[in-house]
Amino acid sequence: MKRMTTVLALSTAAILGLSACGGGGDPLSTDSPSPTGSGAATGAEVVIGSADFPESELLAEIYAGALKAKGINATTKPRIGSREIYLKALEDGSIQAIPEYTGALGFFYDKNFKETDPEKVYTAVQGLIPAEFALLEKSAAEDNDSIVVTKATADEHQLKAIGDLKAHAGDLSLGAPPEFEKRPQGIPGLTATYGVTFGSFRPLTGQALVQALKNGQVDAANIFTTDPSIAENGFVSLEDPQKLFGSQNIVPLVAKDNAEQFAPALDPVSKALTTEIVSGLLKQTVVDKKDAKDVAAQFLKDNNLG
Amino acid sequence: MIAAILEWLRSSDTWSGDSGLGARIIEHLWYSLLAVALASLIAIPLGLWVGHTGRARWLVSVANSLRAVPTLGLLFAMALWLGPKIQSDLAFLIPSIIVLVILVIPPILSGVYAGVEAVDPATRDAARGMGMRGLEVVRQVEIPNALPLILSGLRSAFLQVIATATVAAYIGLGGLGRYLIDGIKTGDYVSTAGGAVVVSVLALLVDGLLALVQRAVVSPGLTVDSTRASRTRSRRRGMSAVDAEVASNGEPSRSEPVLPETNRRIPS
Amino acid sequence: MTWVNDHWGDIFTLARSHVWLAGIPLVLGLLIALPLGWAARRWSRLYPVLISASGLLYTIPSLALFVLMPIILGTKVLDPVNVVVAMTVYTVALLVRTVADGLSSVPDHVLQAARAMGYRGFRRFFGVELPLAVPVIAAGLRVAAVSNVSIVSVASLIGVAQLGNLLTDGYDRFITAEIVAGIVACVVLALVFDGLILLGQRLLTPWLRVRGAAGARS
Repeated sequence: MKRMTTVLALSTAAILGLSACGGGGDPLSTDSPSPTGSGAATGAEVVIGSADFPESELLAEIYAGALKAKGINATTKPRIGSREIYLKALEDGSIQAIPEYTGALGFFYDKNFKETDPEKVYTAVQGLIPAEFALLEKSAAEDNDSIVVTKATADEHQLKAIGDLKAHAGDLSLGAPPEFEKRPQGIPGLTATYGVTFGSFRPLTGQALVQALKNGQVDAANIFTTDPSIAENGFVSLEDPQKLFGSQNIVPLVAKDNAEQFAPALDPVSKALTTEIVSGLLKQTVVDKKDAKDVAAQFLKDNNLG
Repeated sequence: MIAAILEWLRSSDTWSGDSGLGARIIEHLWYSLLAVALASLIAIPLGLWVGHTGRARWLVSVANSLRAVPTLGLLFAMALWLGPKIQSDLAFLIPSIIVLVILVIPPILSGVYAGVEAVDPATRDAARGMGMRGLEVVRQVEIPNALPLILSGLRSAFLQVIATATVAAYIGLGGLGRYLIDGIKTGDYVSTAGGAVVVSVLALLVDGLLALVQRAVVSPGLTVDSTRASRTRSRRRGMSAVDAEVASNGEPSRSEPVLPETNRRIPS
Repeated sequence: MTWVNDHWGDIFTLARSHVWLAGIPLVLGLLIALPLGWAARRWSRLYPVLISASGLLYTIPSLALFVLMPIILGTKVLDPVNVVVAMTVYTVALLVRTVADGLSSVPDHVLQAARAMGYRGFRRFFGVELPLAVPVIAAGLRVAAVSNVSIVSVASLIGVAQLGNLLTDGYDRFITAEIVAGIVACVVLALVFDGLILLGQRLLTPWLRVRGAAGARS
């Protein structure tokens, strides 16, 4: 019996010893702050989630910084995943807020979402989201999906708008995040709205997608309009006259219980953000490789929000 | 959930087309085969050489330490580094295959090395006494005797590579990993689970097939002998025998350092 | 290197969660594998069943297991418990066989001697069999530790933070130094685990060092 106890004690000690090097505490809980008491009381920790792309991470840091400035104990939970996942996290109370895009939410909750005007989209989406969620003020800043090609491809096929791809798309490949393949405003939308069907699809994300477009492994790519790599590489972003991608204003999606608490901190943030500002901030994290946290802090300071 | 997975597996939508399950399985097997074949080209001669000459045993330890490298990280690093250097679609295939090759070199190498090293010195001496030399000993004595362990190394390699080839989907490749990653991205857990089931079944099928091959090609002399000798031999060789066993369990980089220093520490 | 110098704090925090996510399952897995391995050794019919079952568990891709955990356990999607349970499953799958084989490696004559000295049942298991199986079990544990450290990094794809975040973030923003830092940190962590288990094994098996001096006599 004694030997057995020694074995167990030792292995446990080894684990504890290791973690003690890390300064003790329970890192499991520091990484997933307990969502109990969804932050209704001040002082309770609230968690701002983010999707797994740099702009969302940056916005989440900005939101968290602004909340902290108002005395709310906010932390971030970066890189949760795609919309399908992080909305579940918001639903089950793992997070209390997440940066969102108006039109994308509309498409998510209504496959036949038709609104394209920014104001109408915002109002319509408020009626679509579940009762336990709330939208705060939307920002004028917009980050839309776009179909982007290299200058060479645009010149070769004389492309200006997405519809111009119709005759050539069969010979071209499209790179986009995996979820683009099935989303209504993704590949199915391209076909339905513009009659554009690409020859092949290559699921890629982030800068890997940018590189693939640059190196010719894909001919067209679904890249966000705020992405600094578009200007950086002289890519051509094709116009979307039919408004397939709708309006995509940046907006904080929050748990209803936290809406009142968050609004005084986040509404001024939304007011301060413009598309140019978001692009500029994003350039700092993606191109200059600065930390989202630092870029967010500087933005808040410059706008007297932090 | 289980009913939904079965339904997914039965549905003709799942199976049809260029990106259907059938095509994905073939892609998956192709990546796996390619990786094991390339790794074998490197690891089998190397293992034979190390086992035969007893030189450079540190190579085996170095290969084993590769197992601690996170596959995902290696994949990303390779994709970033090689992506811009390669123009065609090979920019996705080459990094993935390199990573898988690195993943399966350790099990193949340790299998071959352990197998050759375990050949009874008396057998080897007898071969020399009969006038065989260098390569002849390797070909006619060491390889046949080492075959059980070589094959279990290969089986382990296949199990690992089939389960791990799923990560290639993360850098834009096909294969069964697509169902896992696309399922996660779109919240379609049925396809995630379905993809995982297919991966497991595929791994077990391939393993079963190799088990049959193993039975067919291993010299009957060895198998008869092993029923009597395996107990004593596994005692004597201690860890290596367990390793060979453990080795047939492998999966993504979750695998087994062969620990030569513990070999000699089994109480007996 | 600049990137690493600027981010020691982040690396450290992530490494700490990594230690927990890989380490807790190691302890839990061992605790579960001991009785299972003992049972597999005790009842020979159980052995193939347990071994095939653990082999099957081992072929499930980690990404899928992580993702499906909330559905199986009813936990929240971002709960680290999902990762801990999944890793425990893999650890058990690996260790059951090792424990059973380790116990089998105890020579019959030793067991007979133990019985002659009056060791029976639990006392014989904990006093004789388990201590003598320590080298084999420790070797299996080292395997599990190294593989756990590597697999845990996949959890970044499901939003549970640990060293794997350096890999995914580095890939998304094209920061090679960040990816390399993540890889190196994982390898270092694996070596630390490995060293600690080896140390534990040496402490638990003092007779092996004595015997080493006397020379092997098998």
